[in-house]
Amino acid sequence: MERIPILKMGQLLLVTIQVDMHDRLAMTLQDDLTTRIVKDRAKGVLIDISALDLVDSFIGRMINNIAAMAKILDADTVLVGMQPAVAITLVELGLTLEGVKTALNVERGMTMLKLGSFS
Amino acid sequence: MIGNDIDVKVVPLRADEDVVRMRQTLRECLVSIGFSLIEQTKMITAASELGRNTLRYGGGGEAHIEKVTDGGRRGVILSFIDQGPGIADVNLALTDGYTTGNGMGLGLGGARRLADDFELITAPGQGTTVRIAKWKLF
Repeated sequence: MERIPILKMGQLLLVTIQVDMHDRLAMTLQDDLTTRIVKDRAKGVLIDISALDLVDSFIGRMINNIAAMAKILDADTVLVGMQPAVAITLVELGLTLEGVKTALNVERGMTMLKLGSFS
Repeated sequence: MIGNDIDVKVVPLRADEDVVRMRQTLRECLVSIGFSLIEQTKMITAASELGRNTLRYGGGGEAHIEKVTDGGRRGVILSFIDQGPGIADVNLALTDGYTTGNGMGLGLGGARRLADDFELITAPGQGTTVRIAKWKLF
């Protein structure tokens, strides 16, 4: 079964989404990440969407769910590399990303997670 | 009168992967018309929402991707058609946040905001057709 790979880097989990995800794959990713946060005792999750040219309400909900579950498990989530067209579309769609910080790239995202700059 | 080119692609929507295929087919179509990246993203996002609705709430159906030349403009008309239960209360369905499933309730209203034209034909027991269009002026 296809899965999106999750990399462990110290106490961070890194996910780079590079495929056009169908809904089932997104659900699998959500479950896999949550399982890994517990298993690896992760303190931070970095989701790299720089290759995604589309974020619809289902993917948006997946991101919100991941952030919420991570928070319950005492981990922070950073979303990295959102494309401008995606940002514009999300606003018009009316979708708000909750509990999720954003960063321009992976380096900045990792810095944010390491500094623990979350309230 | 300039002749009408009939250019319609029909994509069945029976499984999650079909929605992905529909998005990709639509992307090719939008690129060929010359839409900007932002216009493409808005339209494909709207299509993704509607395609998902057809699958989840309509029991499956099909998408029609039609390239159109209409006088001084070129564009695409998308139709999402199912023979499902139909929508009982259209105004409620169009309200942001309203969902009969697990969704965020942004699909119909969002698609309407993201497209240029929006049309909804539905009735309880009569299935649902949602049609959206985007136009490029010459």
